[in-house]
Amino acid sequence: MANDALFQTLLRLGDNTLVLGHRVSEWCGRAPVLEEDIALANTALDLIGQTQMWLGYAAEVEGEGRSADDLAFLRDVWDFRNILMLERPNGDFGYTILRQFLFDAYHRLLLTGLAQSTDPRIAEIAAKSVKEATYHLERSAETVVALGDGTPVSHEKMQTALDLLWPYVGEMFEADSVDAEMAAQGVAPEPASLRADWDASVRATLTEATLRIPEDTFAHNGGRTGARHTEHLGHMLTEMQWLQRAYPGANW
Amino acid sequence: MTQPKRTGEWPLFEVFIRGQHGLSHRHVGSLHAPDAEMAIKNARDVYTRRNEGVSIWVVEAEAIHASAPGDKEALYDPANDKVYRHPTFFDVPDEVGHM
Repeated sequence: MANDALFQTLLRLGDNTLVLGHRVSEWCGRAPVLEEDIALANTALDLIGQTQMWLGYAAEVEGEGRSADDLAFLRDVWDFRNILMLERPNGDFGYTILRQFLFDAYHRLLLTGLAQSTDPRIAEIAAKSVKEATYHLERSAETVVALGDGTPVSHEKMQTALDLLWPYVGEMFEADSVDAEMAAQGVAPEPASLRADWDASVRATLTEATLRIPEDTFAHNGGRTGARHTEHLGHMLTEMQWLQRAYPGANW
Repeated sequence: MTQPKRTGEWPLFEVFIRGQHGLSHRHVGSLHAPDAEMAIKNARDVYTRRNEGVSIWVVEAEAIHASAPGDKEALYDPANDKVYRHPTFFDVPDEVGHM
């Protein structure tokens, strides 16, 4: 493909929002309170809407006649390019909110950078999405503080969630030749360039939430390059893609 | 900001939304939230999903003072038989058109 790096970049953006959007949608009808249920469903829908734009553009760039739906529902695990943190199961409510917060803080910075992209389509999609990400971040940050600095039980659950999630943070800021090419062309910011701002804002919120930030810098990776996903993505896709697998080509 | 209540049920908030600039806030419903800030966020997610508003007010339901249903007769009936309070006794010139 003439522009494989651009295609890969768009898959990474769209698969992140698709996989997280699906995970968050799994809370629909199950959240601890009605108001949180609706808020989570809204977040999921925002992310799926962003997916439509990223994968729609990815399909155009690929030029093989595929659509956003084809990319979402007809690819298998090894073709997905989302980071590993997002495909892991939801855990409890605290884990879900903390994962959302760690991603939102990154997502807002990334989209802010992408809004300045030399690729006008990317700049347009990012400018629209960053407003949603900003709200998601406000909401998740506030809930992280409320739960972290809440009761002893909620604090304990949030600390456990943070310890579990931390090894998945590093992948957001890793770079390969695709990222280097995109950064050189001014299409996307270098992932590592987002780290300092992310650290500052995330540490401030986690400190306010009275949570202990893990020291370990070990980072799982392989999701955004497609080298290796966790077993959880396969299970998620059997559910998400069930209709197309059972009734190929079904539409309504 | 009111102090969050960490125990028991979250307080009930009444939600008022202004649909567009120039209109007044209207009561649209109620919801539970741990504090006023979260109540505004919840109101945003519950009541403005279809572009309904440009401004949100939330008020803790217990802060609202209401008239008693039992006082209905004394409060409202006396206005019922005073038709002269309605501006229906003026001849409006045709040139004015629809008012």
